[in-house]
Amino acid sequence: MKTNERILAIETSCDETAVAIIENGRNLLANVVASQIESHKRFGGVVPEIASRHHIEQITITIEEALEQASMTIDDIDAIAVTEGPGLVGALLVGVNAAKSLAFAKQKPLVGVHHIAGHIYANRLEKEFEFPLLSLVVSGGHTELILMKEHGSFEVIGETRDDAAGEAYDKVARTLKLPYPGGPEIDKLAQEGEVTIDFPRAWLEDGSYDFSFSGLKSAVINKLHNARQKNEHLKPEDVAASFQESVVDVLSTKTFQAAQEHQVKQVIVAGGVAANKGLRKALEEKFTGGEIDLLIPPLSLCTDNAAMIAAAGTVAYQQGHRAGWDLNANPSLNLEHYAARSKS
Amino acid sequence: MNILAIDTSNQVLGVAILKNGEIAGELMTNIKKNHSVRLMPAIDQLMKDTDTIPANLDRIVVAKGPGSYTGVRIGLTTAKTMAWSLGIPVVGISSLEFLANQGSFFNGYICPFFDARRGLVYTGLYDNGGQIVKEEKNILFTDWLRELRQEGKPVLFLSQDFAKHQESIEEYLGDLAVIPELQWHIPRPGALAVLGAEREPDPLHALVPNYLRLVEAETKWLEQQENK
Ligand SMILES: [Zn+2]
Repeated sequence: MKTNERILAIETSCDETAVAIIENGRNLLANVVASQIESHKRFGGVVPEIASRHHIEQITITIEEALEQASMTIDDIDAIAVTEGPGLVGALLVGVNAAKSLAFAKQKPLVGVHHIAGHIYANRLEKEFEFPLLSLVVSGGHTELILMKEHGSFEVIGETRDDAAGEAYDKVARTLKLPYPGGPEIDKLAQEGEVTIDFPRAWLEDGSYDFSFSGLKSAVINKLHNARQKNEHLKPEDVAASFQESVVDVLSTKTFQAAQEHQVKQVIVAGGVAANKGLRKALEEKFTGGEIDLLIPPLSLCTDNAAMIAAAGTVAYQQGHRAGWDLNANPSLNLEHYAARSKS
Repeated sequence: MNILAIDTSNQVLGVAILKNGEIAGELMTNIKKNHSVRLMPAIDQLMKDTDTIPANLDRIVVAKGPGSYTGVRIGLTTAKTMAWSLGIPVVGISSLEFLANQGSFFNGYICPFFDARRGLVYTGLYDNGGQIVKEEKNILFTDWLRELRQEGKPVLFLSQDFAKHQESIEEYLGDLAVIPELQWHIPRPGALAVLGAEREPDPLHALVPNYLRLVEAETKWLEQQENK
């Protein structure tokens, strides 16, 4: 088997138009991300139609820039990978159709990639995987514990029953009147505050690795509301620190328990919230000195990018997965169904 | 000279290949089905049938809207990215101009339109040489019909939604309105290829859909700024 495959990947699932090229599944040759965050800021969140409009303006520019960064032409690429879901359907469609067009025009193989598989594989650009491996995926739309016994196999052993952790962050940030996006703002504020409020932690039934953040979110909002009515002053720094402590405590404890039960060799943190300092610190404290290797990607690979799609796409490509010309965007693509898809 | 034409801007999915000045093939459906799933298989099929390989394409022509935002983007993303990877020119043609072309034999003005819900249409006015007479816009259909009446000339109406609007067209324009039979309201992809065959190419990266409308969130935001 050829081992120096070069994969060009496209990711447009939300508000970043991203293209990357990697070699051998791990060697990053180009990583271009055109962020739209400034365009969505004034609306306090991502407006799907605006995201789609930016993607079509940026897509060919971003592809060209990635090839320039890698000093290559499209003829040097062995296969095209693309995020097929989950995400915003209109946004995904630009990436999927661009990928199909590149692959068709140059008659190259095409591989569809699950966005979360990508977030997990971002870590492989830093360090080779050792199985079994546990991944904690935390982002605006996801809070999941995923067990991997080998490459390309994903078993969801825990997931959120209501809000994703990132969603709870955004809502609490809005209540604290912090600018969008709220997650990093709370993290910053929390560093300056102290844990003075004992917010609830949803442990759920014994042995469950599922999560729930809607109760916590409501508790924070109620606390702020009540204080306002009583003219009581709560330091926003302390509210942020207390909220963050509650989220991070549940995430890190459940991750640690699951890692031990499944005797994993590595624990990987993936998704946008992996950039959170509080979460990084809590996990480092839990895992330092133990047998289990903790991997947290550098900040540049935590947020959405195409390098991660190229990394996951390489494995899918090597395992023989191929998408047809009828590949579609799937806004609610399920990770386990994706993993169980048949090879061509 | 091999030209590929793509139209997914509205309900029609159309693909055509123009080979050395001949319309070698067309694939067209007029059904509510997913353009994203069906476009590339249609291109693949038609290229195989006409013995064309991607590397031998010389130009791509695409209908750039107005129409379904998503549909327009599927066609345009495909046209732009294919043209970029093959290093060939791309030409975007207004979906209204493309539809107006179906009325080339009419002695008078041609009004293509697409229903845009809530009484609105995407429309424009053309002469039978394809020249624009009144700018394309997103407008209340009744306001538009009033404008057309003032022109005082016969107008041919082309639209898949003609039946829905027939009454008001006749009410406002009376004998000046001409509505042809069903088949003339469906744009043929081969005609798109012909329309774009000689035209000056678009700057590839800058080619974007002809939306004719701001995003709703933007409209609201602008209103808020004005009221501040
Ligand atoms: Zn993501």
